[in-house]
Amino acid sequence: MQLIACPWCGPREEVEFSYGGQAHVPYPDDPGALSDEEWAHYVFFRANPKGRFAERWNHSAGCRRWFNAIRDTATYRFERVYRLDDPKPVIP
Amino acid sequence: MTSTSRTPEGGRIDRATTVEFTFDGQTLTGHPGDTLASALLASGRHRVATSIKLGRPRGIAAAWAEDPGGLVQIEEPFPEPMLLATTVELHDGLAAHALPGQGRLADVPDSARYDAVHHHVDVLVVGAGPAGLAAALTAARAGARVALVDEQSEAGGSLLSGTDRLDGVPALQWVAAAVAELAGHPEVLHLQRTTAFGSYDDGFVLALERRTDHLGAAAPKHVSRQRVWRIRARSIVVATGAHERPVVFADNDRPGIMLAGAARTFLHRYGVLPGRQAVVFTTNDSAYDAALDLHRAGVRVQALVDARPEGSPRRREECEHAGIRVLSGAVVTGTQGVERVTHALVAPFADGEVGAGSAIACDLLLVSGGWNPAVHLFSQARGRLRYDEALGAFLPGEELDGLAVTGSAAGVFDLAGCLADGQRGAGAALGALAIPPAGEDRLPAAPEPVVPAAPLVLWRVPDTSGAEGSTSFVDLQRDATVADIARAVGAGLRSIEHVKRYTTIGTAHDQGKTSGVLTSGITAELLGIPVQDTGTTTFRPPYTPVAFAALAGRDRGRLFDPERVTALHEWHVAAGAVFEDVGQWKRPRYYPQPGEDMEAAVLRECAAARTGVGILDGSTLGKIDVQGPDAAVLLDLLYTNLMSSLKVGSVRYGVMCGVDGMVIDDGTVLRLAEDRFLVLTTTGGAAKILDWMEEWVQTEWPELRVHCTSVTEQWVTLPVVGPRSRDVVGAVFPQVDVSTEAFPFMTWRDTTLDGVPVRLARISFSGELAFEVYVNPWYAVAVWQRLLEAGRPYGITPYGTETMHVLRAEKGYPIIGQDTDGTVTPHDLGMAWAVSKKKPDFIGKRSFTRPANADPLRKQLVGLLPVDGQTVLPEGSQIVEFLPDGELPPPPVPMLGHVTSSYRSAALARPFALALVKGGRSRVGDTVHVPVDGTLVPVEVTGSVLVDPEGARRDG
Repeated sequence: MQLIACPWCGPREEVEFSYGGQAHVPYPDDPGALSDEEWAHYVFFRANPKGRFAERWNHSAGCRRWFNAIRDTATYRFERVYRLDDPKPVIP
Repeated sequence: MTSTSRTPEGGRIDRATTVEFTFDGQTLTGHPGDTLASALLASGRHRVATSIKLGRPRGIAAAWAEDPGGLVQIEEPFPEPMLLATTVELHDGLAAHALPGQGRLADVPDSARYDAVHHHVDVLVVGAGPAGLAAALTAARAGARVALVDEQSEAGGSLLSGTDRLDGVPALQWVAAAVAELAGHPEVLHLQRTTAFGSYDDGFVLALERRTDHLGAAAPKHVSRQRVWRIRARSIVVATGAHERPVVFADNDRPGIMLAGAARTFLHRYGVLPGRQAVVFTTNDSAYDAALDLHRAGVRVQALVDARPEGSPRRREECEHAGIRVLSGAVVTGTQGVERVTHALVAPFADGEVGAGSAIACDLLLVSGGWNPAVHLFSQARGRLRYDEALGAFLPGEELDGLAVTGSAAGVFDLAGCLADGQRGAGAALGALAIPPAGEDRLPAAPEPVVPAAPLVLWRVPDTSGAEGSTSFVDLQRDATVADIARAVGAGLRSIEHVKRYTTIGTAHDQGKTSGVLTSGITAELLGIPVQDTGTTTFRPPYTPVAFAALAGRDRGRLFDPERVTALHEWHVAAGAVFEDVGQWKRPRYYPQPGEDMEAAVLRECAAARTGVGILDGSTLGKIDVQGPDAAVLLDLLYTNLMSSLKVGSVRYGVMCGVDGMVIDDGTVLRLAEDRFLVLTTTGGAAKILDWMEEWVQTEWPELRVHCTSVTEQWVTLPVVGPRSRDVVGAVFPQVDVSTEAFPFMTWRDTTLDGVPVRLARISFSGELAFEVYVNPWYAVAVWQRLLEAGRPYGITPYGTETMHVLRAEKGYPIIGQDTDGTVTPHDLGMAWAVSKKKPDFIGKRSFTRPANADPLRKQLVGLLPVDGQTVLPEGSQIVEFLPDGELPPPPVPMLGHVTSSYRSAALARPFALALVKGGRSRVGDTVHVPVDGTLVPVEVTGSVLVDPEGARRDG
């Protein structure tokens, strides 16, 4: 069971957190302007890479704040956490 | 019975005290400090088990958790199957049985307490042998917060099994001094009888402490029997030692055959002579110590059989000086004996070829094939192993952050080296933590190590018995042999993981502590590939078996999951309510009167609500306080309908959908002020909807000035329901004008009762005239009782969730999650009226214009009336349709949908149901069929509102 560094609370037990899927998938500005296919991509399609992945996490049993993280999906290692309003880091 | 094999003196046992125990019904004695195994051996008993598949006699083959042979069933003090005789500490009154293959689970509940403790340290040291003690001292002296855990009953590790000296005195004196010094450090936690059984991410280690097992019936009841320590360590020093490895040969499983190091343990630690006549078979120098020690203790060592062509010249000299015959370049090829070994078959061995042999009489055959470092914790932490050709063993193959392996676990086998390596490991940990080392950190002086003669890596002796490896046991617990590995390889398996599963080697109680590396070696030999390429199977926790009771700890029975009760719970209990679980809530389902079953009670409660007045404890409804200048904006985005147009003082029903347009929750919204709403959710949706709101506010619309807070437990909700509810509420709150004109449907009013704030709302989940009464839970009982008192003239009837469900279903009100399943839109529920066409956007809106949403064959919520007027359709039943010719379509019969809610209705005087049916609304008036207990029951499709479809009753 690993420690996850909440940007507000510091390192806490993994069980305090819940997963929120791929980060940086914004709600479309004007859903009505999207084709069915474009809308379906927003609703259903997410990347599933092996390796570094920008994800949303929620400190659900702690401060209840959402944040983003770069995590390696092969090793589970959190490489960095950042706030929602921080720009998406360049993933090498 | 007197001990026949006890030495006259020595050992770590308390000879002044005798304890009685029984084995297979026979009363035997031993001493405190014994294990069950040492006491059995002291009484001359070698056979303790019968193998699981082949029924062969098995005995004690090692001295601790690596023993594959000595499995027993404990009967007293508490029944436990499959414990190792070598790890059960002896106590008065212990009763055990030889195990015929499998054990027997207790048929009585375990009344002992188990618990767990979280602990955080700078340095965790696992193992209190020489390396571990040195590491713990180094860390403690530097002032670090330290935990030292060790699985034995006392510290010392390998020093307990030998005659080593440190600083010129017996090494155990140094051990005692080290333990005393550690006890003087306030930041050191030292736990014996504590097995670190799993290492996980970021320095997380689970350890099991056996706190009272060794006390038997004398265990104090208030102390937990076992405790799981959840240790988070910034740095870990693994000093877990090594397991001796056997050599495989024909009939190597007989009682009386044991590891050489185990014999030293039984002799030095327990004062037990494990035999009278011994043959020692080895591939390395370590077994010479066992031969010499047993010889000095009076055991006749018939021969030391060394597989190495030259043996060990220096050790050979020592043996011959003592009069022990050493046969170099020889192996044990087989054994004789049934209940216990009687002869070892010894033959010359050169270049892998076995010569003609002879039998040597013995009642003890000691074996050593080298040592396997106990790398379990390192490997569990995903450390890579490397194969060491010289040792024939797998060693840590890389440095891990925050985890150092030291001593013989790292392949260091001499005492001075282990002490220095432990100190080094702790020093590295301190360095990484930036904790300055102590100025004074002296190690005791150990004898100058002697370089041993190179060991021979020998996994198995060629089988000359004619059995073709079928009695050459690799895994004694699984009765798996060299022949089984050959069969696996012959079947084309090359991965060691596949060989393990094909042969079941390493899958038993001991998880391959002695058999794992042997399997890698033998498999590599059979495949003709290097052992490094075979590798090992994956090491997984737990290192030794852990009882489920210990893992569960206090989380059992009522403490397994929180129970939530409302402020009126005691009243409900006193009223004889039958409860049902709704999530974690305990809710009254119905209140049976004497002689009533559920059906009778519910019909009575329903009739009261429809013709007189009923009252419900609705406190579990989710309540969310939404505040801020943009509260209305948020609700407009989350609900399908318009909330911003709601007037202060009014109430509106709303539906929430996911982005996919499917309904996720519904409920009413009270506008408390321009910038404040009270959102009501379903009981089960309360937490989920608050999370849902937070997610959108935080991640998508952080610019909204709005805050959401759960107030579910800050308000009790008491719906007073029925034509006479106005009389009741009017009587209790005389200052409120409860007339329809002054207090219309879907509005709320604040008032007080004896100074206590109360909120009243005209909301109905039954279609009847109804008032919901909201009050602080502290006053719930008083308000409830006043309502009951005022309702007495009208026969006010408390009702439970079952009646609530019938009343709402009669009105076609869906329960989200029961009548819907995540594929249902508001339109499918007949709630197009609740979907705004004015709002530019809301969550789910875009999905409604998908072509699939316009499909006329979507499942829609409808009512069903069984034509016979009798059958209550089981919820979940499928719905089918006959062809025009009156026949069922050929199988597979197409399913039109399923029954989602089904009850007996007092108002209709017949059963009815709600169902999701393909194209349901276009089928109103049709007859379809529902299979019930093998019969097709005809049912009529109706609209979903069966009682008062005009809505004439809501104002009384």
